[in-house]
Amino acid sequence: MSAVTDAVQITAPSNPVSQSIRDSLVVAKRNLIRMSRIPEMVIFGLIQPIMFVVLFSYVFGGSMMIGGSTSSTDYRNFLMAGIFAQTVTFATAGAGAGIADDMHKGLIDRFRSLPMARGAVLTGRTLADLVQTALTLLVLAVVALLVGWRVGSDGDTNAAKVLGAFGLLLLAGYAFTWIGALIGLSVRTPEAATSGGLIWLFPVTFISNAFVDSSNMTPWLRHIADWNPFSATVQACRVLFANPGQSTSDAWPMQHSVWASVIYSVLIILIFRTLAVRKYRSATA
Amino acid sequence: MPGAIYAEGLVKTFGDVRALDGVDLDVPEGTVLGLLGPNGAGKTTAVRCLTTLLRPDSGKAVVAGVDVLKHPDAVRRRVGLSGQFAAVDEYLTGRENLQMVGQLYQMKAKAAKIRADVLLEQFNLADAADRTAKTYSGGMRRRLDLAAALVVSPPVMFMDEPTTGLDPRNRQQLWDVIKDLVSGGTTLLLTTQYLEEADHLAHDICVVDHGRVIARGTADQLKAQTGGERVEVVVHEREHMETASEVLRGFGKGETTVEEHTRKLTVPVTGGAKLLAEVIRELDTRGIEIDDIGLRRPTLDDVFLSLTGHVAEEREEGNGVADAGKGSKRKKEAGK
Repeated sequence: MSAVTDAVQITAPSNPVSQSIRDSLVVAKRNLIRMSRIPEMVIFGLIQPIMFVVLFSYVFGGSMMIGGSTSSTDYRNFLMAGIFAQTVTFATAGAGAGIADDMHKGLIDRFRSLPMARGAVLTGRTLADLVQTALTLLVLAVVALLVGWRVGSDGDTNAAKVLGAFGLLLLAGYAFTWIGALIGLSVRTPEAATSGGLIWLFPVTFISNAFVDSSNMTPWLRHIADWNPFSATVQACRVLFANPGQSTSDAWPMQHSVWASVIYSVLIILIFRTLAVRKYRSATA
Repeated sequence: MPGAIYAEGLVKTFGDVRALDGVDLDVPEGTVLGLLGPNGAGKTTAVRCLTTLLRPDSGKAVVAGVDVLKHPDAVRRRVGLSGQFAAVDEYLTGRENLQMVGQLYQMKAKAAKIRADVLLEQFNLADAADRTAKTYSGGMRRRLDLAAALVVSPPVMFMDEPTTGLDPRNRQQLWDVIKDLVSGGTTLLLTTQYLEEADHLAHDICVVDHGRVIARGTADQLKAQTGGERVEVVVHEREHMETASEVLRGFGKGETTVEEHTRKLTVPVTGGAKLLAEVIRELDTRGIEIDDIGLRRPTLDDVFLSLTGHVAEEREEGNGVADAGKGSKRKKEAGK
C-alpha cells in the first residue's frame, strides 16, 4: 500500500476559462454515460411527446379553427411547433431530478471538495441534457413527418430557416434546464425535483400559442400568452417553418419572434445560471 | 508550528442550533485524530468546515498549511474527503468513477486512467473495475469511495464515519486499509460513533458533544481519567448476591454496584491480577458459585458515560438535532 502515498503531480490551476470548459465536459461525459445506462429514462422521454403528437392531432385535429380553417392538416402543421417547444421544456425536470439525485447521494459534496471549476457540475449536467433534447427532437421530427407534418413551400422557408428553428428550440431547451438546475438544488429529493420541475410547465405551455390560436383567448389571458417567453419560441418556429396559424398580434415578441426567442433564452440562462451557481456553492447534501 | 489540521474557535450555527460551539483542534502531521461523539454532536459539521464545504460563522482553520477560509481551492487540492455516504456514481463503473475524479483534480486524462488502475488494484477492486458501482456490495462501495478520496495521494485525509453500516468483516478490511494509509505518513481526521474504532485507529481522541470538545487525549489517558480498573462478578445463585457484595466490599476502593437482574456486581479496585486471585479465593471459601469474574479496564463507553452522563448511542433515535449536515439540517443549510 505504500504506493498510496506516492506523490502524484497536481497541476497548478490553469486558465480558469479553459479549466471551466474542461471540467464541464468531464461532467457532461459522466452524465451521458449515465443516461446511456438508464435507457428507459430516455425512452420515456421520447414516448411522452410522441403521445402528445398523436393525441392532439387526432383528437383535437378536426375541431380546431386555425387561420379560419378547421382542416386537420392545418391543425397538425400548426401544432407541431408547439409540441416541439413543449418537448424541449420537459428537459427541465430531467436536469432538476439529476442534480437533486446527486445531492441526495452525496456526489455534490464530493464535487465540491474537488479543486474543480465551480459551475462545471451544473454546466456539465445541462450540456448532457442538451444532447438528450437534441436526440428527442430528432426522433420527434421524424414522427411528425410520419403523421403528415410539412414545412411551408420553398418561397416561404428553406433548409437554413428550418435548421434555425431547431437551433432556437435547443437554445430554449438549454435555458429551461438551468431553471431545472436551480429547482434541483432547492428541493430535498429527486422525486420533488421531478414534480417541481413539471408542474409550473403546464400553465407556461398552455397559456401560450402552442396548442390553440391565442387570438381567441380573453384579452388579459391573450396578453400573457403573447408575452410568454415560451410563445415567442413557438411563434418563431412557425414563422421559420412557414406553418399556418402564426399570431397576428401586435405584441413585440409576436412581431419579432426570432429575436424575442433568442433574447428570452439568453436572459433565462444568465439569470438562472447565476442563481443556480450561487446556490451550488452553499448547497449541502 | 501548527499541525497538519488546525482549528481555533470554530463556530457554526444553523438557526437556533449551535452545531459547533468553539471547537479547537490540532492534529500533528502523520497522526490520526479520532473525533468521537454521538449523532448530532457536530462531528460532520466540523469535517465540512475543514474541507471547505461549509463556511464557519467564526474561527480559524488551517489545513495542510493553507488557510481554509482564505484559500479554499488550494485546500481542495491538498485534501481527500470520504464522506458519510459512499459518494460514487452508481451508474459508472469503478474505473470510470476514479478516472472522473482524477480529471476533476485536474489530472490529464491519461494520467487519471493510470492512477485509476493502480488504485483499483490496491483496493482489491480490479476484478470489478468494469462493472457499474450499482452492483458493488456496501464494503466495495466504501473502498471505491476511499480510493476516490486518495486519487491525488493527499497529505491530509478526512473520513466521516468510514465504517458506519459495514459488517464486521468489511469493517476490519477497511481498518487495515486505513492503517496502511497512515503508516505511509498521511495525516487523518476520522469521525466515528464507534468507541472501539477510535481506540483502534486513532493516536489521539477528541470527545465531542453539543458542538464542543469535552475531552481530549490518548485512549489510555481518557480511560485513566474515568478511573481505574474494577472487578466484575456474576454470581450463579441470586441468594448469594448479598454475601458476594460483602466480600467485594472488603477488597473494593469504592461503592459496589449491584445489578439485580443480571446478578452482576462491580467494584472499583487497585491491585490488579493479584487482587483478583484473592477475590476468587475468598468467594470460593464462602462457597459462592460464580458464572463469570474478571478484571475490567474502563472502555471508551465508560469514558463517554462519565463525561457526558449519557451513553454514546442513546441519542441516536428521536433526537431533533440530527448530525449537522444531514437529515433535518439539509434544508436549513441549503436555504442559506
